[in-house]
Amino acid sequence: MNAQSVDALAALVPDGALVALPPDNSLPSVALAKALIRRGAKGLRLLGVPVSGFATDLLIGAGCVAEVQTSAVSLGEAGFAPRFTAALKEGRITVRDATCPAIHTMLQAAEKGVPFMPLRGIIGSDILANRPDWRVIDNPFAPPGTDPIVLLPALSPDFALFHAVLADRHGNVWLGRRRECATLAHAAKRTLVTVERMHPGNLLEDERLAPGTISGTYVEAVAVAERGAHPVALLDEYGFDAGYVAAYARAARTQEGFEAWLSEHVLGEHRERAA
Amino acid sequence: MIQPEERLAAALARLILDPAAPPARHIAVGAASPIPAAACWLVKKQGHDVRLSLLHKRSGNPFTEGTRELFDLTGQGRIDLFFLGGGQIDGEANINLVGTGEWPGQEVRFPGSFGSAYMYFMTPRTILFREEHSPRVLVPRVDNISAPGVSPPGVFRRGTAQALVTGKGVFRFDPARARFTLESAHPGEDAASIRAATGFDYDEPTSLPATPDPTEAELALLRGPVCDEMLETYPDFCARVFARKAAA
Repeated sequence: MNAQSVDALAALVPDGALVALPPDNSLPSVALAKALIRRGAKGLRLLGVPVSGFATDLLIGAGCVAEVQTSAVSLGEAGFAPRFTAALKEGRITVRDATCPAIHTMLQAAEKGVPFMPLRGIIGSDILANRPDWRVIDNPFAPPGTDPIVLLPALSPDFALFHAVLADRHGNVWLGRRRECATLAHAAKRTLVTVERMHPGNLLEDERLAPGTISGTYVEAVAVAERGAHPVALLDEYGFDAGYVAAYARAARTQEGFEAWLSEHVLGEHRERAA
Repeated sequence: MIQPEERLAAALARLILDPAAPPARHIAVGAASPIPAAACWLVKKQGHDVRLSLLHKRSGNPFTEGTRELFDLTGQGRIDLFFLGGGQIDGEANINLVGTGEWPGQEVRFPGSFGSAYMYFMTPRTILFREEHSPRVLVPRVDNISAPGVSPPGVFRRGTAQALVTGKGVFRFDPARARFTLESAHPGEDAASIRAATGFDYDEPTSLPATPDPTEAELALLRGPVCDEMLETYPDFCARVFARKAAA
């Protein structure tokens, strides 16, 4: 598998796709989110795995998103996600609230190829009251009527997008202990990954790297994007750029401020490259 | 000079060690929670045998199966204590992390429920912590329930809130009556000032004790080894509360 450009990866994602993104502590591809904005993607349905952060707020602000399913949207220390909040209030996006382990469980059901999985908790939460697709049944292994439990349907995103450290020419990608991205890749129909750099050998032939590697079986395309998680931290490669996110949060309080930020930090990058 | 954050951390540490509560062998602390994290480190540095799993700790993160591992551990009953907050908290210990107004937060949207709708059920005890103590946070009834304070008989649930700690005082929670009792007031507060700042009804003793100050030994631990552990994750907090700067 040869590495493609980030923009080529973004071109593979059609409008309206169900796109799963990890949050700011689990290796989002901010580079790919920016490329989707440059491509002018529309009507995306985003899935936060299991919550959403900076990349989701960018995509919403840029008008790429119709729906968000997530357990929370936040910029961490920089506060609430301003474009998400504005779009919700203005009715421009549909928000389907979940709770973190429910999203993991729906993906794990898809990973196993079973139609649903049970999960404890949730009963009595208004999340359940607003999720007609989630059911409560009687535990069939307990005496009848003694143990209600929630069933969650399998969820297979059209695309999983994330950023890893290494990829090799077999399409294997290494991201260490962030195994939620492995579950995500197993569950998704198509997985697109940006990486810091290419690895010369086969990641699966290195016993130390293999446990943190996702097999190329699950990976459709790879692009090299140096600092592709920025401003988010990437393992021990680089830290979180709090100043950048705080500046974004200030700018994005208004749509005008957001658009000026976008022009400088997303569309501007493209113009520089095209020049 | 005792910082309010130091007093809160010491109060939380006493609740963690409450001999009447289920044992806290393994405590998990969520992101952006410096005071609960300081309380847990204080307990550990006092020499108690407790395992801490601090989420979002960049180096030495405890998990190797991704973010789902916390929930799998908790599902098995391996996490004994967790901390939750709330944009709104009501007198039955219901918490709202979604937002006010119509679902899903049409008036003021909060970030979202995170894992609360699961963790609140599956840990043997939860300490509710929210520094802001005002009628807009402590409400008669939450607008939306992210996670319920109590559950009907038959719904699997390992525990409930043990206590609610705010910037003004400490409440204990009685799940049988689904009701808080004010236990102590922090310096500068009294029964009347707390009543005025609390939107929900609760019980209180005829004579309200003051929340104890941290001891000299507790302060020394907080400002020394506890701060050492927290510098990487919470540099701003350590600079502000302990007047300590991380090495550049």
